[in-house]
Amino acid sequence: MKSAIIQFPGLNRDRDMIAALTKITGQAPELVWHRESALPEVDLVVIPGGFSYGDYLRAGAIAARAPSIKAVKKHAEAGKLVLGVCNGFQILTESGLLPGALMRNRDLKFLCKTVHLKAENTDTPFTRAYARGQVVACPIAHHDGNYFIDEVGLKRLEDKDRVAFRYCGADGAVNDDTNPNGSVNNIAGILNEKGNVLGMMPHPENLIEPAHGGQDGRILFQSLLEAVA
Amino acid sequence: MTFRNDIDITKDLIADHGLKPDEYQKILELIGREPSLTELGIFSAMWNEHCSYKSSKKWLRTLPTEGERVIQGPGENAGVVDIGDGQAVVFKMESHNHPSYIEPYQGAATGVGGILRDVFTMGARPIAAMNALRFGAPEHEKTRHLVSGVVAGVGGYGNSFGVPTVGGEVEFDARYNGNILVNAFAAGLADTDKIFYSKAEGVGLPVVYLGAKTGRDGVGGATMASAEFGDDIDEKRPTVQVGDPFTEKRLLEACLELMATGAVIAIQDMGAAGLTCSAVEMGAKGDLGIELDLDQVPVREENMTPYEMMLSESQERMLMVLRPEKEAEARAVFEKWELDFATVGKTTDDLRFRVLWQGTEVANLPIKELGDEAPEYDRPRTEFKKPRPLGKVPSDFDVANAVFTLVSNANGASRRWVWEQYDHLIQSNTLQIPGGDAGVVRVEGHDTKALAFSVDVTPRYCEADAREGGKQAVAECWRNLTAVGAVPLASTDNLNFGNPEKPEIMGQFAEAIMGIGEACRELDFPIVSGNVSLYNETNGIGILPTPAIGGVGLIADWSKMARIGFEEEGQAIVLIGAPSQWGSHLGQSSWLRDVVGRIEGSPPPVDLEHERKAGEFVRNLIEQGITRSVHDCSDGGLAVALAEMAIASGIGAQVNQLNDVSPIETFFGEDQGRYVVALDPRNLDVVWEKAARREVSAFWIGNTGGDSLILGEARAISVEALIQAHESWFPDYMDDEPSAAATA
Repeated sequence: MKSAIIQFPGLNRDRDMIAALTKITGQAPELVWHRESALPEVDLVVIPGGFSYGDYLRAGAIAARAPSIKAVKKHAEAGKLVLGVCNGFQILTESGLLPGALMRNRDLKFLCKTVHLKAENTDTPFTRAYARGQVVACPIAHHDGNYFIDEVGLKRLEDKDRVAFRYCGADGAVNDDTNPNGSVNNIAGILNEKGNVLGMMPHPENLIEPAHGGQDGRILFQSLLEAVA
Repeated sequence: MTFRNDIDITKDLIADHGLKPDEYQKILELIGREPSLTELGIFSAMWNEHCSYKSSKKWLRTLPTEGERVIQGPGENAGVVDIGDGQAVVFKMESHNHPSYIEPYQGAATGVGGILRDVFTMGARPIAAMNALRFGAPEHEKTRHLVSGVVAGVGGYGNSFGVPTVGGEVEFDARYNGNILVNAFAAGLADTDKIFYSKAEGVGLPVVYLGAKTGRDGVGGATMASAEFGDDIDEKRPTVQVGDPFTEKRLLEACLELMATGAVIAIQDMGAAGLTCSAVEMGAKGDLGIELDLDQVPVREENMTPYEMMLSESQERMLMVLRPEKEAEARAVFEKWELDFATVGKTTDDLRFRVLWQGTEVANLPIKELGDEAPEYDRPRTEFKKPRPLGKVPSDFDVANAVFTLVSNANGASRRWVWEQYDHLIQSNTLQIPGGDAGVVRVEGHDTKALAFSVDVTPRYCEADAREGGKQAVAECWRNLTAVGAVPLASTDNLNFGNPEKPEIMGQFAEAIMGIGEACRELDFPIVSGNVSLYNETNGIGILPTPAIGGVGLIADWSKMARIGFEEEGQAIVLIGAPSQWGSHLGQSSWLRDVVGRIEGSPPPVDLEHERKAGEFVRNLIEQGITRSVHDCSDGGLAVALAEMAIASGIGAQVNQLNDVSPIETFFGEDQGRYVVALDPRNLDVVWEKAARREVSAFWIGNTGGDSLILGEARAISVEALIQAHESWFPDYMDDEPSAAATA
């Protein structure tokens, strides 16, 4: 699988994502500087996590206007794969590639911990290696991960099975207690209409080796490998 | 308003600059004339306590700073220690106490920013951060606000910058009501042949300014940090700098990229006293003069005077001496990262520090003397008085209740509320997150190597006996590194004390340093960097003496490292390094303070030879794969150590009790140099044999298993209830509405 990573000043989990893609796909991703307006020929474009432009103005708002994001839109329109993680998810909502917004966490604090996710729609290139309803561990590390969308939009997401992941307990329970940041319907990751763009707050790239205390994050990358094989 | 550089230097003006009359006299002798206003500002910046170490230098010199692995000791931006395979760990700890009390978020944030900059200035990419925080009593009206602001500030900066915060300390005591402590540690990784230093070389070379623009923030900050607080504290807010982690992150990437081009001859970050300190240091170290043209300095405010520019502590700025032929290449790197790049001066051969502004020379001072001739004091100090021995201690206290108290009160409860606000996973190399004995981060690109980090001090021990307390801080740090299986390599110290002009404070300071020095020598744990923070007093009341020690250890094979939790049920629990009654020393113990309500007696003595033997034995057991579950005994003694091992794993334990020995001493004594390990009982014979050979005590005290912790004859304590109690104090405290009195 060929992949590329968009690099903005202030992103800081780009190195984590590069390491994960390299270790799992056996091929280092190509690096695309944010000012570039064309992407290399790749199957997958990843916008990694961090604090592009220091989260100034609004998380992801400034990066969403970059030339490289126009190119990402074209890439998505062509039906190719786009993954945005954490700040990448915020950039995707700010650029209109995904609906809704990421607001400040319910408790108004940055939160770094390992939580559980439930794989909801497993019929996508990002999630096909999960069993439907499978519960996996995944770290989160964000200040603005509280997903919000209006009722009409939410209904559209839920009706069309566009929720990829929900926050849950180790037993799969989805409720307020297992919701780390106040996201509506415990939403942790969503898909676009065509199912080729995924945005998610948690960091699967931080849980891919025994050294990380688990390898649940690999499943996402394995899905992608299968999908483009 | 026009700026006048040649105003009369009055007594008040001198005092406002924190200079004593005899110090001013020395300036007159040194330059043979009255200084200009800018020059006075430069002297105040160079000669304040924070930058000159004038009260502490005499004592700091006595610390051991060399060792087989030490590449660079104190005197540079950070210490550098060889970790093999052509790699080095670069680290330092620094305080940001005064600013954090005045403006907790920005004070703490810029403290983190400053220490990260110290590390990457040397060419190292930061891989781990820690912090040691001390606040006033929980019930004090300001404490909640300060905790919330400082923790958010530490996280806000470190998280955005992208360094994992893997460890630290948080402690509450009424003695910090008026002066909190924010000590930030950072460590980075570099190749041993690509370390960068601040010593300028070559005449006529460009001095280049990089990073953020200069504003008025922080003017006089270092001078502020060199004085006590009084009732006018709110007026000091403008002296606190404002941090921008986004710029710092770009500065990191740009500096590392620039260093890779070979353009950098010397580099120095602008920290305390900004442009002044960095320029003087680069020149003086290289036996060169420096000429600065302030009209070239990027500024973000209008009408800045030369005085303000020289004393600004605006953050995220660097000064470099570059190879002229590489200047275009260097400029391109900084333009890519959208950072300022300006040639602001040159190196000269006349050993003068000259500052030009709007075509006039506003300062012309001898550059070497600015640093070398700074005042140095051998301040009077009172001799140490041994504390009165501990009086009779009641023995009828309930053991189980005391365990609950000690794991669930302000100083014993879980710090999860704090460290979950720090990104401790970024960079994908964290092997042990906060909550254990040491944070562990693997060395990227190496299959088995990892680094362990811990920061420690027990201020109440230091208050009772500064020398033993200093030894204990070092020993505990060394022990925590050992407990995960690391070989302690070297350390950094952050010496927080009160007003050194008081003989009793100076006495504490000197005693503590002697203790630290002795322990570092005995344990081969040299001090390679550090920071002194004095004048932590408000209206004459000083903090507890708090010499925090930050240590770094090397784990050869992290697959064998040990963790704090019990590994599994049915293991034997062995107490290592203890006296025959397992525990005995109750003076200055947590139990005495928090359960009985007495602060009394001598702290536990530290036997360094024993410390080394016990530590080497435990490390050997870990390296041999005999145990993976280790915890040292510290606050709260054996009982709390066992409780913490149960809490971390959810596994209970049954532990015996000795006949004819007070269970209080056994379980709550804070005797030093002890470890609890859990292991497969089939390995016990090997343990006894090794223990005998190494002359270290080892007692089989019980077994793991079940869902409760049973200490001798005390009632069983449910592990679940312990976890609940341990985890709830911090969030409950922070969620509590401040009382009406506090908000009024």
